[in-house]
Amino acid sequence: MIVILRNPTREVEVDSPVEVGVLLHRLGLNRESHLVIEDGELVPGDKMLAGSTRVEIRSVISGGSGGKLV
Amino acid sequence: MKCRVCRGPAVIDVRRHNANFCKEHFLRLCRDQTAKTIKQFSMLSEGERILVAVSGGKDSLAIWDILIELGYEVDGFYLGLGIGDYSDTSAEYAQRFAKERGLTLHTKDLLRDHGFDVPNGSRAAKRAPCSACGLSKRHCFDEAARLGAYDALVTGHNLDDEAAVLMGNVLHWQTEYLGRQLPVLAAQHGFPRKVKPLVRLTERDTAAYCLLRGIDYLVDECPMAAGNKHLSYKAALNDIERDSPGAKHAFYFRFLDQAADRFATAQPEDGAEVVAPVSPCTNCGAPCSNEVCAFCSLTMRATEAVPIEMGATRRRKVSP
Repeated sequence: MIVILRNPTREVEVDSPVEVGVLLHRLGLNRESHLVIEDGELVPGDKMLAGSTRVEIRSVISGGSGGKLV
Repeated sequence: MKCRVCRGPAVIDVRRHNANFCKEHFLRLCRDQTAKTIKQFSMLSEGERILVAVSGGKDSLAIWDILIELGYEVDGFYLGLGIGDYSDTSAEYAQRFAKERGLTLHTKDLLRDHGFDVPNGSRAAKRAPCSACGLSKRHCFDEAARLGAYDALVTGHNLDDEAAVLMGNVLHWQTEYLGRQLPVLAAQHGFPRKVKPLVRLTERDTAAYCLLRGIDYLVDECPMAAGNKHLSYKAALNDIERDSPGAKHAFYFRFLDQAADRFATAQPEDGAEVVAPVSPCTNCGAPCSNEVCAFCSLTMRATEAVPIEMGATRRRKVSP
């Protein structure tokens, strides 16, 4: 199964079927800072990904000036 | 996974609440948490003129959408930073969001209106890009709110932002910043009231909110933020959060409850408020504590021509 990762955008190949939580663990990604999207739909940690769908793992962390006094 | 509220299929788990939610009830959770924050800290009142600082990213578009859903009338303000394709694309997301909803979006551009952009200006002024960017945003947001007679300026700072800033301020014991790290700063000295209604929601929440609401936002990260300390603090806090759900919330909200007032500016014995000397910037008129405000000072350094040295050419001695 091809999984698309963002920031920066790249693709990785992983064995399927695989549960969302297991997928994140295998890729060493923290579930607190990532969302998993299957065919455009947000999916929870126990969702089984069959491998025939488009899966994107999106990092949700953004940074920068931090806005100390804003 | 089942939704905690309706027992229907869940789309997201929120571990700090030890709960899962379907689309409908997650969106309601985000709106309820925001409304609770606004009420708890007396951020906004009915009928006020509100301006939201918009970047085209998930947080600013989420808070704009949530405030509209909660019944507030809110205009947006976008500042072009001149960071190549990143800025061009972020402007498109902000403009599209406003246009599709019939909302008013004011725009300003650093290069067009002030003669410099963040990459070149920060280099010329010998400042870190994030520092020049933050200073420019603070100044231009304040100015837009002041000149537009808005009652409050809303920013999309979320729980991750505030916890990371708190961590940085504690690590370096920057007490003057700790005293001002509050979700609402009252209007004073010509600055607008500044409020952060998203401080109960994480970045994961705001990204999920946008996804579930069909809000198209700029996913790519700012290319100049790579290596930023703020990002490493966020990563460290998320590592803690993974093993101890709710840690970020406890860190920030217990600071507000139990420690923030210890760092507030000391008050004189007669009870009079300490007021920093503020006078208008001689260049732009913005309130500041020096003759020229920090932003005008940055602008001058960023736009001044680099002097060319015209000294006599020395002939280099060549070793035999």
